[in-house]
Amino acid sequence: MTDVAPPHAGALDDALLAARLCAYDPVGLGGMILRGGGDLRDAVVAALHQALPEGAPLRRIPAHVDDAALLGGLDLGATLAHGRPLRRQGVLAAADGGVVVLPMAERMGDATAARIAAVLDQGEIDGAPARVAVVAFDDGVEDEAPPMALIERLAFRIDLGDCRPRPIAPGQPVARAASVAVPTDMLEVIAGTALALGIDSARAPLFALRAAIAAAALDGRDEVREADVIVAVRLVLAPRATRMPAPPEHEQASAPPPLDDGGQSDSGEEEQAARQALDDVVLAAALAALPRDVLEQLAAGRTRSRAGRARGAGERRQSAHRGRPLGARAGVPRGGLRLSVIDTLRAAAPWQRLRAQRIEPVRIRRADLHIRRFETRAEMLTIFAVDASGSSAAARLAEAKGAVELLLAEAYVKRAQVALVAFRGMAAETLLPPTRSLTRARRALAELPGGGGTPLAAGLAAARGLAEAARTRGRTPFIVVLTDGRANVAADGSTQREQAERDAEDAARAIGQAAIGAAFVDTSARPRPEGARLALAMGARYLPLPRADAAAMHRAVTAAQAR
Amino acid sequence: MSFPFSAIVGQDEMKLALLLAAVDARIGGVMVFGDRGTGKSTAVRALAALLPPVPASQSGFQSSELPPPAPKAMVPVPFVDLPLGATEDRVVGALDLERALGAGVKAFEPGLLARANGGFLYIDEVNLLEDHIVDLLLDVAASGENVVEREGLSVRHPARFVLVGSGNPEEGELRPQLLDRFGLSVEVRTPQDLATRVEILKRCDAFERAPEAFVESWRSAEKKTLKRIARGRAAVGQVAMPDAMLARASSLCMAVGADGLRGELTLMRAARALAALDGAAAVTPEHIARVAPLALRHRLRRGVLDETGSTVRITRALEELAA
Repeated sequence: MTDVAPPHAGALDDALLAARLCAYDPVGLGGMILRGGGDLRDAVVAALHQALPEGAPLRRIPAHVDDAALLGGLDLGATLAHGRPLRRQGVLAAADGGVVVLPMAERMGDATAARIAAVLDQGEIDGAPARVAVVAFDDGVEDEAPPMALIERLAFRIDLGDCRPRPIAPGQPVARAASVAVPTDMLEVIAGTALALGIDSARAPLFALRAAIAAAALDGRDEVREADVIVAVRLVLAPRATRMPAPPEHEQASAPPPLDDGGQSDSGEEEQAARQALDDVVLAAALAALPRDVLEQLAAGRTRSRAGRARGAGERRQSAHRGRPLGARAGVPRGGLRLSVIDTLRAAAPWQRLRAQRIEPVRIRRADLHIRRFETRAEMLTIFAVDASGSSAAARLAEAKGAVELLLAEAYVKRAQVALVAFRGMAAETLLPPTRSLTRARRALAELPGGGGTPLAAGLAAARGLAEAARTRGRTPFIVVLTDGRANVAADGSTQREQAERDAEDAARAIGQAAIGAAFVDTSARPRPEGARLALAMGARYLPLPRADAAAMHRAVTAAQAR
Repeated sequence: MSFPFSAIVGQDEMKLALLLAAVDARIGGVMVFGDRGTGKSTAVRALAALLPPVPASQSGFQSSELPPPAPKAMVPVPFVDLPLGATEDRVVGALDLERALGAGVKAFEPGLLARANGGFLYIDEVNLLEDHIVDLLLDVAASGENVVEREGLSVRHPARFVLVGSGNPEEGELRPQLLDRFGLSVEVRTPQDLATRVEILKRCDAFERAPEAFVESWRSAEKKTLKRIARGRAAVGQVAMPDAMLARASSLCMAVGADGLRGELTLMRAARALAALDGAAAVTPEHIARVAPLALRHRLRRGVLDETGSTVRITRALEELAA
């Protein structure tokens, strides 16, 4: 047998088909997201453009477009030049009836995406029609993706990554059919498939329905048939799947209950069996359209990772100094904020005439000043606070070390930093200040001696100190505590058990109040309530892992951190 | 033309919350939690379109400097969709650029708050909105007045609107202070049974094919809903609130550990609005039970390790009260 065809073999054909479907019903389907593919994407856009009526506009919108250019508004340049207000049409309104291309959609900010989404929903801007088909190019790597608001509103998502270029014949404008009928059982198949694939949004089956109608119309038919539904499900629903469908049940119970109109209620068993068979065919088509890695992920019961939620990436935050430009806002430059000269002049420009009425040498005022803003992703710092006391028996300490090493290796891959605090005897010690050096971290771990009391309070306090210091430097800290939870050395070094427990709880609460992400791994042989109580005070995930080996601990902590 | 409110399949809780807010605006805004594509904005839009026209003198931008509108003039209920990246200028209003440039006159250009006066202000994805804009919105929503002091302008105008926010908690938490300011909160989920899903698809399809005919076929249902709201609005002032019911509301709030007085006040107002909607003369335990999850759900203090949902806790407290 020959090799199995690569998963994206037909992706270009799919994209071209999707382009024609979009051209048939641009408003209903919204458009498509094309991932990868380089120049092939331009061919798909050209195909979509050719399929639209003659003279349809085609516009490109950069990811950092400003509102005035996107939605229109007062044209400052022309207004100043002519001394009377002149409006300018936004790109979206100018593209009415045509195609809008969004290159590098993964870089588009949520605010811009929200504006475009609102236009897609309403088809107009302040009363002016803006019915467009959107083609978003996605060049994201790994965790980057276009904004969810766009993903949700564009019917098709096609990965052209593995396609080879080939000549594409120029297309003709698609003709609109008068009306396409949709039999009820086809509606049921679409709704049932969306349900089986775990797709919650009501938009998805609606897109599939419109795609099926468009497919039937392009084929010159006036009724939606099975083949149309299969195309629609493959192109619209499959990429949105969040779970593997349950194995098909061929019992009567799985048939849908009769609907309120009662027309189909006494349909025979034969018909129901036919429906069931159709359901299966359509589902199989949907699954066949999914790349294998996605299928495996779904089969493992994992939901697919969402945009921007990858571990190790840290929070997004606004920054005054560096990062991706986020536009300017009104403000006075001080405390390291940088003046945005262009935006300040732009803000001052309209008022020049008004201000000139009074004698004022400088016509830029405080309210005009704009400062620059940037967005950065905070780096992650994982702080391990490891209990090396005598009560953490040697074997368990070794496993904890192993787990830390696994986490370290992973943190290293993700370019995150790690730090290590050990507590034993009378006090806690920062064995490893925040670093990316795996070698240093390994050495510090290997040298970690065991034995002595459990100064848990001191260990937690040291971890919090590191976390807060990291936070002021703009990193996102995460504390992983590995202990058996039996504090017996108080903060002042005395060995009074009750005092020690109280101190530990206070230290834990301080971490919780600082809202530092944390996981608490209880390594005691028989987990006792102290551990859970400490975790609660810390606001940490409590992971009782008695007798756990290094790999299990690693898995549990990664899961907690991913939350 | 918007989708008829009565034709929205399921989502009873969201519809109830919106109706309550329409009956008594003092309940405060409605916060809708839920995934994308669950019909949140459709429902709000539909309700705004359903409501009868309001007098022009109580809607939109009102100022003593404007010529008063004709005394009997009626306008549709305003519905303003606040875009995510809206600037402060656009929200509160700013100097009118056109007039400043053209005529060199200092004039106020009303913002979105002015446009929403007398109607609904809808914010999709509140959790993504910048903090200072959210604070500003909540402030104005609570006071019913927008005060602008900037660029040498000094304007105040009425801004009474029902604030409806939506958001997906998975994509960013809402600050508790902010949540507390919303009167009611609802959680919407996509129905998980086939028959309902098919029905949604059918109705959307029918609406797209022939909007006029579809709206026409729902006319009588819409009329009924409208009548209910009108009756509720007229009656809400007269609904009796027995002391026993007040005590019940208070003990419920205490039992579930709802912080602050706002929960109790909202619970009381919402129960009264529900009684008015139902045409009851007095608030009954059943009214309280039905609105309690909406009024209290977002005000509960949560233990970090407590996995019990807020709704479950309220239901449990209600059962204990009834026992």
